[in-house]
Amino acid sequence: MGRRLSAAPSPASRRGWSFRQPSVIPGFGLTLGFTLTYFSLIILIPLIALAVRSAGLGPEGFWKAATDPRVLGALRVSFTTALFAAAVNVVFGTLIAWVLVRYRFPGRRIFDAIIDLPFALPTAVAGISLTAIYAPNGILGALFAPLGWRIAYTPTGIVIAMIFIGLPFVVRTIQPILEEVSHEVEEASATLGANRFQTVTKVILPSLMPAVLTGFALAFARAVGEYGSVIFIAGNIPFVSEIAPLLIFIRLEENNYAGAAAIAAVMLLISFVLLFAINLIQAWSRRRYGYGH
Amino acid sequence: MATKLTARRKRRVSPTSESRPVQLLLIGLALAFMAVVLVLPLYAVFHEALAKGLDVFFATFSNRDAQAAIRLTLLVAAIAVPLNVIFGLAASWAIAKFEFKGKAFLITLIDLPFSVSPVISGLVYVLLFGSGSFLGPFLKGYGIEVLFALPGIVLATIFVTFPFVARELIPLMQDQGTGDEEAALSLGANGWQTFWRVTLPNIKWGLLYGVLLCNARAMGEFGAVAVVSGKIRGQTTTMPLQVEMLYNEYNAAAAFALASLLAMLALVTLVLKTALEWRFGEELAAAKTE
Repeated sequence: MGRRLSAAPSPASRRGWSFRQPSVIPGFGLTLGFTLTYFSLIILIPLIALAVRSAGLGPEGFWKAATDPRVLGALRVSFTTALFAAAVNVVFGTLIAWVLVRYRFPGRRIFDAIIDLPFALPTAVAGISLTAIYAPNGILGALFAPLGWRIAYTPTGIVIAMIFIGLPFVVRTIQPILEEVSHEVEEASATLGANRFQTVTKVILPSLMPAVLTGFALAFARAVGEYGSVIFIAGNIPFVSEIAPLLIFIRLEENNYAGAAAIAAVMLLISFVLLFAINLIQAWSRRRYGYGH
Repeated sequence: MATKLTARRKRRVSPTSESRPVQLLLIGLALAFMAVVLVLPLYAVFHEALAKGLDVFFATFSNRDAQAAIRLTLLVAAIAVPLNVIFGLAASWAIAKFEFKGKAFLITLIDLPFSVSPVISGLVYVLLFGSGSFLGPFLKGYGIEVLFALPGIVLATIFVTFPFVARELIPLMQDQGTGDEEAALSLGANGWQTFWRVTLPNIKWGLLYGVLLCNARAMGEFGAVAVVSGKIRGQTTTMPLQVEMLYNEYNAAAAFALASLLAMLALVTLVLKTALEWRFGEELAAAKTE
């Protein structure tokens, strides 16, 4: 079909506007058709079901379900812990990316590979493992317990789990950009009399800012939605250490489907805003620095 | 000129690098953080799994429910991964080989599941097929159970692993362009021959890379599957759900034994993935920087 279209220009292209440019390669209709059908069945229709179910509450009912004190409490816990975790990840993620890209030391490639562990390790496994480490009788928990600092079963534990799952997002976003930063600007900065600290903080780090912000947003978005690695270590006390995804789960078990849908709709809305922000940052960085992805 | 500067940089303390003590301090900090945040949890899984001895460790795997969970996890991945591979191939073919309106938007849409919380990925199917929905009772009339059964678990798994293969292949195929395919077609190959003999060999390592990541997530998914599974012991519990169940029953040794199997899967995935990157880094580069 594709070949016939390219041999004889379609009516659309004769009018000067066409959905696609002509090509000799076949299979456009088949592959795009399959792609759109599969996307609609797996992603789009289920998401529409979510929208319909939360809209079924009516504006007033939706507002009531979304601003229920326990829901607001859970959202607050989720967003503040995710913010802390993403902030820690930005600092150490930038440091790790810097060390991995700029320095040579034994075992560098192995450490580079380990960065992706949180992508590969099932979240439930990470969850019980972190709980074992930070519980009052765990390897690290026992160090802090005598100081009266409990980590597991408190919001601190939530932050620890979110740091674990968010780290690769920051490192993997900054690494390729850091590799692209040209040595010429550093040399120029040095010849113009800047010391190394000035070059790093005033020349290199500003050009990394878009990548750092993107990494922050990605780690934050992932942490807000995270469930498996968090619930074991969280303690799950309403208003203190109960995260929003867990409350969705609880609403479902109470057979309050509309209530669950309302919380999900609020969370989705916020993550779409984040996604939009990430796209803006990247478009801006492309214009400003001529690279990025 | 540039090469001379590079040569000199290696001999003296360079103005475009840090002094060695500063370097060592930063390396030490970074590695210490990684050791605590990444390596320690991995070590703890195996430590806890073997804490009660090898007998307890192996007894976990002779348990019938644990075996059922392992079988279910393999079955779910065996259905979900191939479907997402077919989707990934179709989507990357349409996107990389053709120019059409709305392409950038389509690429953004494909990544959508990554920004949805796993719990929400499961919830949407509960809303679609659960009680009070239109589809659930309709399908039940024909004897088809979606929720708290295999189809629901498979659907939730497909949702969360949806972008993995496509997002590896799209940049890779865009980078390769359409020249090879056009040559094959002009030499008389038909569409399928072109795909099997020209395109597929060109993208095979990228495809394998995507399948690895997709499979790891499919076998390890917890949140989305927990929502739709109903956690019926021995029937709808996948390995991660079985881990949770054992853990909540204060059977930590068995939970960690089963978890260590999943951790092994993660390690094998990491090793294969890294091997692919080292061996075929150039070919995968386009996909990696995306």
